[in-house]
Amino acid sequence: MPAINHSRKRVIQLVFISVFLVIVVQLFNLQIISNKYANLALNNAVTKKIAYPSRGIIFDRKGKAIIENVARFDLMITPSQVKGIDTATLCRLLQIDTAEYHKRFVSSIIKNGSYRPSVFESFVAAQLQAQLEENMYKFPGFYLSERPVRSYPFKAAAHILGYVAEVDTSIIRRSGYFYQMGDLVGRSGLEKTYERVLMGQRGINYLVKDNKNRIQGSYEKGVFDTSAEAGRNLYSSIDIELQQLAEKLLNSKIGSIVAINPKTGGVLAMASGPSYDPNDLAGGAFRKNWGRMAMDTARPLYNRAIKGQYPPGSTFKPLGALVALDQGLISPSYGYGCYGAYYACRRPVKCTHAGHGHAASLRIALANSCNSYFCHIFRMAIDNPAYRNPTEGYLKWKEYMNSFGMGVKLGIDLPSEDYASIPDTSKYNKDFGGARRWNSCNIVTLGIGQDRMTATPLQMANVTSIIANRGYYYTPHFIDSIQDETEGDSVYLTRYRQKHTVTHIADSSYEAVVNGMHDVTIYGTASFLRIPGIEYCAKTGTAQNPHGKNHSIFTCFAPKNNPRIAVSVVIENAGYGATWAGPIATLIMEKYLNDTISNSSNHTLERVSKADLIPAAIKRWYYVRDSIRNAKLGVKDVNVDTVIETIVVVPKKTTFDPEAEPNRNDSNELNIEKGTMLLPDDKKSKPDSTINEKR
Amino acid sequence: MRNDNSIAKGVDWSIIILYAILVIIGLFMIFANEYKEGDNIFEPFFTQNRDYGKQGLWICVCAVLATFIVLTDSKFFTATANLLYAFGIVLCIAALFIGSEVKGSKSWIVLGGFRLQPSELCKVFTCLALAKFISRQETDFSKTQSQLVGAAIALFPAIITVAQNETGLALVYFSFFLAMYREGLPPFILIAGASIAVILILSLIFAPLTLLIFYSVLALLVIFFTRGLFKRTPLLLWIIVITWVMASVISSLAIPYLINNVMKPYQRDRIYSLVGKPYIPQNLEERAELEKLKAKTKGKSQNQSEYNVIQSKIAIGSGGFIGKGYLKGTQTRYDFVPEQRTDFIFCTIGEGFGFIGSFIFLLLYAILLFRIVRIAERQRSTFSRVYAYSVASIFFFHIAINICMTIGLAPVIGIPLPLISYGGSSLLTFTLLLFILVRLDADRQMILR
Repeated sequence: MPAINHSRKRVIQLVFISVFLVIVVQLFNLQIISNKYANLALNNAVTKKIAYPSRGIIFDRKGKAIIENVARFDLMITPSQVKGIDTATLCRLLQIDTAEYHKRFVSSIIKNGSYRPSVFESFVAAQLQAQLEENMYKFPGFYLSERPVRSYPFKAAAHILGYVAEVDTSIIRRSGYFYQMGDLVGRSGLEKTYERVLMGQRGINYLVKDNKNRIQGSYEKGVFDTSAEAGRNLYSSIDIELQQLAEKLLNSKIGSIVAINPKTGGVLAMASGPSYDPNDLAGGAFRKNWGRMAMDTARPLYNRAIKGQYPPGSTFKPLGALVALDQGLISPSYGYGCYGAYYACRRPVKCTHAGHGHAASLRIALANSCNSYFCHIFRMAIDNPAYRNPTEGYLKWKEYMNSFGMGVKLGIDLPSEDYASIPDTSKYNKDFGGARRWNSCNIVTLGIGQDRMTATPLQMANVTSIIANRGYYYTPHFIDSIQDETEGDSVYLTRYRQKHTVTHIADSSYEAVVNGMHDVTIYGTASFLRIPGIEYCAKTGTAQNPHGKNHSIFTCFAPKNNPRIAVSVVIENAGYGATWAGPIATLIMEKYLNDTISNSSNHTLERVSKADLIPAAIKRWYYVRDSIRNAKLGVKDVNVDTVIETIVVVPKKTTFDPEAEPNRNDSNELNIEKGTMLLPDDKKSKPDSTINEKR
Repeated sequence: MRNDNSIAKGVDWSIIILYAILVIIGLFMIFANEYKEGDNIFEPFFTQNRDYGKQGLWICVCAVLATFIVLTDSKFFTATANLLYAFGIVLCIAALFIGSEVKGSKSWIVLGGFRLQPSELCKVFTCLALAKFISRQETDFSKTQSQLVGAAIALFPAIITVAQNETGLALVYFSFFLAMYREGLPPFILIAGASIAVILILSLIFAPLTLLIFYSVLALLVIFFTRGLFKRTPLLLWIIVITWVMASVISSLAIPYLINNVMKPYQRDRIYSLVGKPYIPQNLEERAELEKLKAKTKGKSQNQSEYNVIQSKIAIGSGGFIGKGYLKGTQTRYDFVPEQRTDFIFCTIGEGFGFIGSFIFLLLYAILLFRIVRIAERQRSTFSRVYAYSVASIFFFHIAINICMTIGLAPVIGIPLPLISYGGSSLLTFTLLLFILVRLDADRQMILR
């Protein structure tokens, strides 16, 4: 018995030891071998809270803040803390009913749980905020949380400045998870380009949370925390008054205005019509308005100044002249005998002048905008004997175009700039079925800025400023300097401080072109447009396009000597260049150079800004949309007058989308282009049209 | 001083010191769980609005009680053993009828401000009663009849406890078989019982194939070490082989069949969640059914224990080798582990002090257990010895099951860690168990019956 009992004592001790060993082995496994638990624990308990700095402010060239931050408040709710509140009072203040209150209450629990705060009402209006603040003690579980919101005191420059909005998943992924859900990020315009400058340095606070995600204090007493640094300010070349004027002039028009200071490349104003008030996309308004704008057929969110692609028409002619001069094909005194059309190719290209000597020299030809002359010198460039065949001649010509900034992205500090189109030879090879199947005659209208050539208003303005500068340019840009500029900022600004010299054309040749453009304003196509006390140079353009009425285009710079502003204006489907685009451009120049607008010009200003040049198809679209909305709302008494006024018969084939598909290779369209001959700029119809206008 | 005091003579101070160390560790762990920066540390001891404050009070009560016990005559315990047992049973039954319900179990008696769990306390009385029975002169514990009576004494309170819906506590009463084994219970009962329990748990935790390999290796090892005995008892080899076959069949065929073909999905879910394994049915219909069930119970189904075990493993695992330091544990301090002051208190140690700390802590327990066994073996009276073994068994069962469930080796059955977990009843019970032992040991030269 004692022996057995003794062994049994040993057995019991053995049982104890073996179980303890099993425990130790498992502990060893959990605590030392497997390291996943440490990370799991950290994820469980430590949370990063981002401290948001206020975004940088953008100033115009005179130091006015064109974008600011204002504080708005969100009404937050922590459902678990809401007990015995006066629901009726709160609902009355927020102007919601109790059903809505309960709906939001439940949805906030679903979204964020009962213990964490979620937004009950975002961007509370200022007056309501005061009322709520006063009564907040009555509503335990609710509190107001401050959130800075962008505000635009001048209600202008929407396309330039862009907007900020919450990040979406693709932005988060592309940023390498730098952004987190709910962060605000610049989504377009300067806000996007200079995002890293404007956003500042985010602060990170590491916080410890408990099992219900309630914050319990800072992790390790905050040794890992970094504090937030406010975003840096930007100093831009925008002249906000000029910008406002430009936007006013584009009222009820589709088109674009770009004004550049040729000496620096700084953009003074860039407007795109139709536009919108940038405050409509700030803070709480974003959700309300963005969808409507994105769906609008006139595309107010679309910056036509850098994305719109228009055939430059006659405004291209100075450039054609410069190419011919640089290649030594013509001299400024070169003349061409035009008798009302260019007959050298199979189909004649009409010219508005028939009188003898209207193209006796480059200067005169420019002033009269002679189509024959520029078709001729374009063909000379393509058939240049220095190159073996038209293809090589064309490629050389294209090289010139690209160095003038045509057909390439200029590199302005706005996102998604378009390079428009100087077509590649492959396009023509495809059109005509082979490299040997086309010659200078087939593409002769390129010489007068038509055919497959397109340019953005920005490119047109840049070409104008090259001519104004007599041969050099700075890349157009908005931001001149950044507050507390660092080495790292050179990625933004270095390229805007480099002078680009384009050609080696003699000054005398430039003078000929500049004088020609000056003559345009003296006795040429824009002679009726004057700026008090300023001599300016201009070129009108009336671009044929497959989408309807001609585009009205105008490029100009002023003063003639030592130019300080170069402007390009495109008004879609508005007719002759001098009719609409011309007055707009001269008003812009007058405002900038004289700082005021004279009384006589004021008259023009009123007339132009009130003119409604929206194409019928777009009006029709609005009419249909409004009718559907009214029908849905049950509005029965439709104003009969409006119906009669706005109803428009839409041509079957009109697909109103000039920018989206400028290079489209539609067989139908090609026929139209080649079948009907191009109507260039006109002088004939100019006087009567302006007289009519003036009356 | 010790030697001068006649009452303190013979008192085993090592037990008392170990007891004090463990109780203080417990208090510090409960404190670590509750304390937040900036709190007044000492106030809760007076206001009693925190668990560690209450635990402090319980420690004082227990200290007084312990002193009284040490001052009591040992004969008191032998004399009143049966009476106390009857009293304990009555209390348990009373709790069943007049007790208040806490977390679904009707095992609490509320007396003024205090709550008492009679089934906890009844363990002490059962120890005494079992010791009393076995130490009777007319009891011959090698007889099956006596063994049955002994088992009945041990398991009767367990039945009542099950009725109170405290399955975990009831299981503790099975630990008395270890003490009874020491007194002559045939070993196969113990081996069979323990093996079945272990096999059941293993079958849940590990894959059938892993277990098959494990059993085979184990069987070969046992055969290798006991090969000398085969000549004397040829039956042994057969027993081993049959055990191996049975274990393999149970683990790799019977249990999976039972779980996958007989049980309903929610039962399966419940079984798996006991060991902290998520149960994801392969069958789509089944999954939908389970989701529906969970939605109906709003996620408050039995799956809670699965969450507990996962969080507890994260807490212990994140402690690493040396731990995060006292008051630095993020998991245990911010309520990620549920019931961390009672059943999952070991997480606080594991997270704060890492592998080293846990090892030392386990070592303390091991020393305590071995000390008790040593004390048991030096008793002249059977009563004291049986009592001592009962105490050791109860402590062992609590420690083993509690720690195993925090590290995912045992099902979550909710029994406290002796002397560490928060809870007055549990602290009182273990204090009584230990100090009665100390008292009996002080009189180890006497023959007590």
